[in-house]
Amino acid sequence: MRLALTPEERRFRDGLRAWLEATLPTLPPPPPADDWPARRAYDTSWQRLLYEAGYAGITWPRQHGGRGGTPTEELIFLEETERAAAPYVGCNFVGTLHAGPTLIAAGSPEQQARHLPGILKGEHVWCQGFSEPEAGSDLASLRTKAVLEDDHYVVSGHKIWTSHAHVADFCELLVRTDPEAPAHRGITWLIMPMDSPGIEVRPIRTLLGVGEFNEMFLDGVRVPVANRVGAENDGWRVAMVTFSFERGTAFVSELLGARRMVGELARAARRLPRGPGSAWDDAAVRRQLAEVAAELDALWAFTRRNVSRASRGLDVALGGSAFKLAYHQARERMAAVATDLLGRAGLAMGDPLGLGGADHVEEGLYTLSLGIAAGTSEIQRNIVGERGLGLPKEPGARGGGG
Amino acid sequence: MDLELSPEQEEMARALRQRLGQAFGPEARRSAAGLPGALDRGLWAALADAGTFCLRLPESEGGAGLGWVEAVVAFEELGRAAVPGPLAATFLAAGLVEGADAGRVAVGACGPLAPGQPGLVEHLEALDHLLVADPSGSLVRLDPARLSARPLPRPLDPLTPVHLVEGPLPSGEELAGPPAGETFWRQGALLCAALQVGLGAAAVEMAVGHAKSRVQFGRVIGSFQAVKHQLAEAWVALEVARSAVWAAAATLDEDGPGQDRALAGARLVASRAARVATRTCVHVHGGLGYTWELDAHLYLKRAQALDWQFWPPHAAADALEAGLGRA
Repeated sequence: MRLALTPEERRFRDGLRAWLEATLPTLPPPPPADDWPARRAYDTSWQRLLYEAGYAGITWPRQHGGRGGTPTEELIFLEETERAAAPYVGCNFVGTLHAGPTLIAAGSPEQQARHLPGILKGEHVWCQGFSEPEAGSDLASLRTKAVLEDDHYVVSGHKIWTSHAHVADFCELLVRTDPEAPAHRGITWLIMPMDSPGIEVRPIRTLLGVGEFNEMFLDGVRVPVANRVGAENDGWRVAMVTFSFERGTAFVSELLGARRMVGELARAARRLPRGPGSAWDDAAVRRQLAEVAAELDALWAFTRRNVSRASRGLDVALGGSAFKLAYHQARERMAAVATDLLGRAGLAMGDPLGLGGADHVEEGLYTLSLGIAAGTSEIQRNIVGERGLGLPKEPGARGGGG
Repeated sequence: MDLELSPEQEEMARALRQRLGQAFGPEARRSAAGLPGALDRGLWAALADAGTFCLRLPESEGGAGLGWVEAVVAFEELGRAAVPGPLAATFLAAGLVEGADAGRVAVGACGPLAPGQPGLVEHLEALDHLLVADPSGSLVRLDPARLSARPLPRPLDPLTPVHLVEGPLPSGEELAGPPAGETFWRQGALLCAALQVGLGAAAVEMAVGHAKSRVQFGRVIGSFQAVKHQLAEAWVALEVARSAVWAAAATLDEDGPGQDRALAGARLVASRAARVATRTCVHVHGGLGYTWELDAHLYLKRAQALDWQFWPPHAAADALEAGLGRA
């Protein structure tokens, strides 16, 4: 066990720091949250810069254009970019963290050659077409059907929560190819070009007032058989690869941001008037913030432990579920403290009193999504209970979750 | 960066777990309650023989020359087996008090008593030395025999007997000046956190075993999400807490940045996780869990008692909050 970085890890960090220091001041100001074409352009040109500097696909194998680095280097990358307030992964999320790793694990050499460079260079944005209105936590019950006609699948159905669909070039799509087979065994994983005829994308306004989510209606969309990843009806297994990535390091930047937010809330508490003094005079506020800080620190230790396990080639899927569950709970506690602390300063988003730091009102609302997206907390508890502790499934319930 | 046990550290944990499984099973745990101070001298010597108390002493002083990481790994195992006795104080006394490293003596600890206020001391009947750690001062050694104290008939943990000390503490011998008291206080808290993680892990394991075999409504209760989810919560809390304890220990070993915050956070998180895990264990066992017969209450009570040895979680929270937003 060793918390300190090795000399090689330090070299990587120092090189990255120097590059960030030189590069970040050259970036244009970030675009408005609701200008999606501008956000796409901003996010993809950041991805291009990363690629040119050798920081795209840090853990991707070199043969696929990645850096061939270690999970620890990826963690250092996430830590340093968060610290330097570099842009987040943004629109590149699905491509770099879901679709790309899935193609590396399960794609054909042709598919890898066709798609991986575009993801790394920020040329192509991907979206995820997994969930459906009737297939949320029970994802395996999805009904979007694909019928084979010659060398194409003809796809019709209704997808939802399709992040970035309106600015995406490709969609990782789960479809039902065998309606007779048991739910998990009739699913196929397809690469759907988003300029195919028959796709209609409608934005969903989330409770934040804006949002990256969409509904996607598919009506006779023709997807070449060559775009199938893995075997027909083997898409569930292929998709599971993606989930373990999704719950692995996907929340690292967020966690580090949350740790920073605790400090911001403490500073805000010292400035917010309460009675004759400030909100910081309230021992309950201080205690609650300390508890949240301790939990987030512990989750940072847990993250580093999971990354260390990944470096040794150990399974981290369970650790990912455990992390997501605990992280959501810590964020819920932070949201409660923030709400009580802000008082009337929380009546509007956008930090109306100029307390500085994150928009804690928006963050508090966003926190709700952490218990829902990428597998609800109930699904995570099932995964931990069943795969971690070996408890039996609910009788009569089809296995699920992911 | 590598926040996972090395093969040697894993082997150490495995060997200690095996040894404790043989030397301190459920029978021994029950009979220890009847011993003076609940201290099994044979077990104490066996622990010393296994290198437990001298683990951090340099090899030149007859120790194993290991670090805080190995210490918390060992203490997690001691917690898992619910070994009673002044483990943390004796461990910390190695090198300071003659015979502590070899398990020839049992060393207890308490904080300074407020003037005119009675105080409680654990395991008093078994103690050869009592260390008084003043969190803002020095570390003083007392002869326990000189204390005016009476045993309390109903201690929270039957394996942690307590005496009520009446009157002021007698004067003793200063072992080390400030900040030795505070250091002792905080290091003891880290060891308590490790004990709590072990107690919690044993409790979850026990509860999972029960949930897999107990049948109600025609199915094992662990298949009900209402039960399964509680166990999952407890397990996750412990995994997170264990990571915090390891990270704090590694930070101390490496003399890294943020030692105080890491230690305070570990103390706080381990205390909360052990509480959830041990209470869940009682609950999942239902009526059986509420009885004296089952070990579930021993895990719960020990975990609760450990909150009030050395630097308590609330004080750790106070220390942590003072630094928030200042960095």
